[in-house]
Amino acid sequence: MALSRRQRARALRYCVYGVTIGVAVLVAIVVDWGRLGGALFRWELIVEQFPGIITTAARNTLIFTVFGFAGGLTLGLAFALMRLSTVRPYRWFASVYIEIFRGIPLLVTLLLLGFGIPIATGWQWPNTFMKGVVPLSLVAGAYMAETIRAGIEAVPRGQMEAARSLGMSYPRAMATIIIPQALRIIVPPLTNELVLLLKDTSLISVLGVTAGSEDLARFGKDAVNKAANATPLVAAGLVYLVMTIPLTQLVAWMERRAKAQTR
Amino acid sequence: MTETHGPVVSIGNLHKRFGDNHVLRGIDLDVSRGEVVCIIGPSGSGKSTLLRCVNMLETPSEGSVRVLGHDMTDPDCDLDAARARIGMVFQQFNLFPHMSVLDNICVSQRKVLRRSAEDSAARARALLARVGLSEKEAAYPAQLSGGQQQRVAIARALAMDPSVMLFDEATSALDPELVGEVLAVMRSLADEGMTMLVVTHEMGFASNVASRVVFMDGGVIVEQGPPSRVIGNPREERTRQFLSRVQQH
Repeated sequence: MALSRRQRARALRYCVYGVTIGVAVLVAIVVDWGRLGGALFRWELIVEQFPGIITTAARNTLIFTVFGFAGGLTLGLAFALMRLSTVRPYRWFASVYIEIFRGIPLLVTLLLLGFGIPIATGWQWPNTFMKGVVPLSLVAGAYMAETIRAGIEAVPRGQMEAARSLGMSYPRAMATIIIPQALRIIVPPLTNELVLLLKDTSLISVLGVTAGSEDLARFGKDAVNKAANATPLVAAGLVYLVMTIPLTQLVAWMERRAKAQTR
Repeated sequence: MTETHGPVVSIGNLHKRFGDNHVLRGIDLDVSRGEVVCIIGPSGSGKSTLLRCVNMLETPSEGSVRVLGHDMTDPDCDLDAARARIGMVFQQFNLFPHMSVLDNICVSQRKVLRRSAEDSAARARALLARVGLSEKEAAYPAQLSGGQQQRVAIARALAMDPSVMLFDEATSALDPELVGEVLAVMRSLADEGMTMLVVTHEMGFASNVASRVVFMDGGVIVEQGPPSRVIGNPREERTRQFLSRVQQH
């Protein structure tokens, strides 16, 4: 029996609705809600996390994020300019750096620098903050270098030619003509990288952490051990969402606005 | 920079290769003060490359380029200082889209010539008046027509008080009805005695304004002379063929 296009679309839609409702009903029946609530949503345990989860944990996560981002941006800009340099050794060095730090998982880099360097050299990190932020910046810098390079390359070549023909030096032309235009292009992807970075700060929790320097993930994990209940991690997750959702919404807004402008 | 006597631009045995592509095959060309030299020729003949070698946007493979007495191919030559005295106007305008019209004209005055904000703005306004765009100083390039953008680009180049102006097919990207306003500005510059090197497809402009017309083909100068001779009565067969093709439509 041949169906019209509209009939087929409607049949497909009913199928999707049916499957979705079926799965929801199944979950509702099978799951032991009492046990789940007891393990993940104990209200008094959530209340117990305050104010430390904000004043210590979220604060430290934000500090790691801000300094990691600032360090990453500085390194990223430097390596992007080196990638675009006419000096071949600069290009090679930047490429090798970017490949290495993008290719090794952040967790491994954190462990290598955090534990490996003290073992290998006898030198100790002065504090948890440095131990976390330095590897975070190094890795963020490698990712941002590629984003920034792509943004600079997206600025039409004629812009550099016009600036140079007016007598501007290469660094002057970069700073006043090319990078301001590149920044507009890269702000949305860079904000996405900020979100990734914010979540990646949770990996710092694997390093030895002194009291008062716990990030959100570590704070939640320690509280889980103490309470023998997973509720604190749910609280930590919610605090992450409070920080990341505004940023992702900001990116979505910027992308909508950019699309509207190019029309 | 000292002003020297002799030609403003002096090109000797200039070659340019892009890989295996030998684009310029030995160009000799002098441009004297106040001369308007129009370079014509089929596309791919090397006209634009020649112009871009004058301010070293392309590095010559061989030969010499001297502008205002400076050897541009000398690695010790201060290219930025030399380029500040060479105005260039591009086919695609290349205005800075993130700056207002006024800032487009002021930025290089401020950053390169170190003029004060007031002096730069005063100079920019005078030039905007000259190209007939005084009311557009707060506009952004994207809000202007192509002809208006190109007139701002000319004002931007003039703000540096150049000794010579290079025009690289300045009207080729314009809608036909906008070509005239740009050519009018170029003609007024020529009338004031500006030294100009103009790559163009506008045979009317070349005939009426040029002091000398240079016909290029295949990377060499085929013939040159006053427009009445090169365009009016060409000696070379290649020139005749080119002109008959251009003037058919």
